[in-house]
Order: sequence, then structure tokens, then C-alpha cells
Amino acid sequence: MGWVLIRSYAIAVYAFMFLPVAVVVLLSFNANQFGSFPMTGLSLRWFEALWNNDAVMRAFRTSLVLGLMTAVISTTLGVLASLALVRYDVPGKNLITTALIAPILVPEVVLAVALLLFLNWLGIGKSFALLLAGHVIFTLPFVILVVQARLVSIRRDVEEAALSLGASPVQTFFSITLPLLTPAVAAGALFAFTISFDDITGTLFWKPGGVETVPTQIFSMLRNSISPEINALGTVMILLTVGLPLLGAALARSLSTKRGK
Amino acid sequence: MSIERREARQPWILLSPALGAVALLLFVPLLFIVVYSFWLRSSVGADTAGFHLDNWIKALTDPFYRFILLNTLKIAAITTVLCALLGYPAAYFIARSSGNKMILLLLLMLPFWISYIIRTMSWINILGASGAVNTGLMALGVISEPLQMLYNEAAVILGLVHFLLPFMVLNVYVSLEGIDTNLEDAATSLGATRWQSFLQVTLPLSLPGLAAGGLLCFVLGAGTYITPLVLGGPRDAMFANLVFEAIITQLNWPLGSALSLLLLMVLGVLVAVYNRYLGMSQLAKGLG
Repeated sequence: MGWVLIRSYAIAVYAFMFLPVAVVVLLSFNANQFGSFPMTGLSLRWFEALWNNDAVMRAFRTSLVLGLMTAVISTTLGVLASLALVRYDVPGKNLITTALIAPILVPEVVLAVALLLFLNWLGIGKSFALLLAGHVIFTLPFVILVVQARLVSIRRDVEEAALSLGASPVQTFFSITLPLLTPAVAAGALFAFTISFDDITGTLFWKPGGVETVPTQIFSMLRNSISPEINALGTVMILLTVGLPLLGAALARSLSTKRGK
Repeated sequence: MSIERREARQPWILLSPALGAVALLLFVPLLFIVVYSFWLRSSVGADTAGFHLDNWIKALTDPFYRFILLNTLKIAAITTVLCALLGYPAAYFIARSSGNKMILLLLLMLPFWISYIIRTMSWINILGASGAVNTGLMALGVISEPLQMLYNEAAVILGLVHFLLPFMVLNVYVSLEGIDTNLEDAATSLGATRWQSFLQVTLPLSLPGLAAGGLLCFVLGAGTYITPLVLGGPRDAMFANLVFEAIITQLNWPLGSALSLLLLMVLGVLVAVYNRYLGMSQLAKGLG
């Protein structure tokens, strides 16, 4: 009896989470010229409009480049730091960990203001460089948390075996540690990319005039009018930020089962 | 150099890029805006350096700012309570389900991967004048004119709950998973009803997760300015909107610094209280 109640409640919560998003996807295929209810038929016209919308395509390129660069830098910094924290007995480990995840403990608006004002004072005004710096510092804690969680499960003795069998530390790193590390690195990079690709709170502070990322582009389109193109753009974003991680997870699983055989 | 010495230096070499980045891009900038908040805005050219209390006096005594600050805390509190009420049973369902927990959890986490701006604007499709609810009700003949459901405080809270709920579910789930189910069985075998064993065993043991989720919801909710801009009306500004206005629109950076620091301090007190009693490890568990 009680369980049935909890189950129905949970289903309602799931519906609450998914329905609005499902409506975005549904409406993006709407043939109705205002793109609102009632649906009059299915059509790809809004996706076509997106493809021909220069501002949107430019925003996509900006977001992609920004996300990729953020992922590379953030993952490099994050993996190195996680290795140190998991592998070594560093004095003051708790303090260091707190310092490293501080960028997500500080409200993003405050981080955005502080970084904007400080870098501007150093002579780096609103620019792509400022955006990149902001995205790196904001994604770094997530990378460190994700990578650390995965690193714990890699056993040290495999490396020690390689070393004792005559491999140099560099050889050991590239032929033992790195392959074992790959899932952690990939997870960290994916996380950094997705968070960067989705970010709007900091981005609105840091972006130079005229440069838009996909979220800020959606935001400025929303201010003009609710165009059905926004729903199409939303659908593309959902496919990208949900589809990529799922694909990655599926790929990782199939790779690991193959290797296991 | 001896091997021990090199071993001892190695972690610091690995840590220095990340620590350097955090220092240069977070801690020093935070100190910088502390200094900046005492500067004076000049309408021409650079702001004048100095030690003036004007911005702080304005930030702390302006009745409008105080009203917005209190209203922000109220909205964040309501959002947090709603997230707990919606999220706890859902997390409990996932944790105690006999089905595939990972799939259930992943499903509820999926929206977490969907862009915040899209999840926020998706409510316009539901609540807008030509949205799902109004169209449905008009088709059924319940109403003849669309209801005005957007651009008010309730819409802002709804958007925030939708945004923050996954944080709550994840944290509660992690703490529920950590509870030995034998404890509940022991309680029931000693004569407690399922409800009693939940109230006296499971709920208290899962409070750290609830607190961690609550803290995240509150802090993230209180620091937002996008949701009020998209789903709120002109009178539903939150404190972060004041910061955005001062920095981006009015270009009053000294005042913007003072306002950001005020927000940081108010939320910092909360985090500090949390840290004092529960520690940061629970939070890290939920985020990882």
C-alpha cells in the first residue's frame, strides 16, 4: 500500500522533470507557423531555419571551440591534481581539496564578477581569453571530483610491478598508468565540455559584445520573442549534451567488455 | 637528489598548475573585489582608487536592496523545501526499488545534463499564453481567456525547483544507499511498523544527505539571476540580478563588488554553519 503511493509519487516527480523538456522536443517538430499549440503536423522547417541562421551557427562554433579548449585545459589540470591527491600522502590534503573545489562553493555570480574585474584590471577585458579562463576555473572542481572518484579504484601495484620489471617511470606512465586512467580522463573531459557548453551565468558576464555562445544566443532570442526556432535549438542542445555522455558511456562499456574477453 | 626528496616534491609539482589556477582565477580576484568595493565609481574613465565606505553603506542600508535580499532568501528557502518534499520520496523510491536502480537514477539525472537555459525556458511552452496548459484548458472549454501564469514569483520558484531537484535527489539517494537495510529489518522485527522504522531509523540516518542537498539547492537558488529574467516579471528580481545590473548595465563596478561580496558573505555564513556541523565530505560525496 505505502509502496504503491511512493511509486506513484516518484512517477509524478519523473513526469515533472521530463514533461517540459519533452514538450520542447515535440514543439520543435511542429508545422504550425507560430510553433505553439495546437500542433498542426510534423515538419523539420525550424531545424532548416536554424541551419540557415548565421547567428546560431556562429554561436555553435564558439561554444564548440570554447567547450573543447576548456575540456583540454581543465582535464589536464584536474587529472594532475587528482593524481597527487589520490596517490600521495600530501600534508593538508583536506585544505587543498577544499581550495580546489572552492570555485563551485562560491556563487557563480560572485566568481564571475571577481574574475571579470580582476582580469580587466590586468588588461584582459571581456574577451575569448576571459571566457576561457572563467570556464576552466568553473569546470575544474567537477573534473577533480569525477576523476578522483575513478582514480581510487586503480591499483598502485600494477605500476609497481612494471617498475620492478625494469620499465622506466616514463614508460610506466605511458604504457600502464595512462591506459588505466583513460576512462577517468574521458569522464572528466566530457563533464568539463558539457558544463562549459551549458554555462550561461558566468558567460553573460565574460563574453565580449557581439560574441554569443549557444545558451546566451537562446537567452537573447528569448528576449525578443518566443520563436519556434528556440525549441529546435533546444532539441539540438539536448541531443548533444545528453546524447554525447550516453554514447560515451555505451562506448566505454562495449570497449571494456571486449577487452575483458 | 635522493629518491625520497623527489617523491616528496612530486605531488606538489602535480598540484601546482591546478592550485595556481584557483589562486590566480579565484582567490586573488576575490581579494581584488574586496579592495575594489572601497573604490569610487567615476563617470569618466577609470574608477578612483581609495578607501571609501559609500558602496558598502549603500549596499547595507538601501531599503530596496534589503528587500530584494530578504526576498531572495525567501525564494531560495521555499525552493529548497519544495525540492526536499519532491526529492526525498523520489530518492527513497530509487534507493529501495527492486528494479534497475542505476537506470532509474540515470533517468532522473538526465535533466541535469540538459542546459539550464533550456529547462528554464521550457516552462514558457507549458505556462505561456499559448502554452500547453492554456491551450488544453481552452480546448476543454474551462476558460475562454488564457490565464496569466508566467512572469511572477511562483513561476520563478517552479523554474528553480525544476533546475535544482536533481541535486537534492542525488544527495538523498547517496545517503539512503549508505544505510544498512538490516537496521530497518531489525526495527520492524522488534515490532515497529514500517512507518515507525522509517521515521526513527531511516530518516535520521539520511539527514546528512538531505542537509547536503538542501544546502546545494539553497546556495544555487539564491545565486541565480537567469531564472528571474526568463520566468519572472519586472518585480521579481533576485539579489544576483542587482549584481548583474550594477556590473553589466550600469557599469558601477565598485558597487557591484560590494553587492557580490554581500551575497558571498550571506551564503558563506550558511556554508560555514553547515561545514561546522556536517563537514564538506558529505557534499563531495553527492557531487562525485
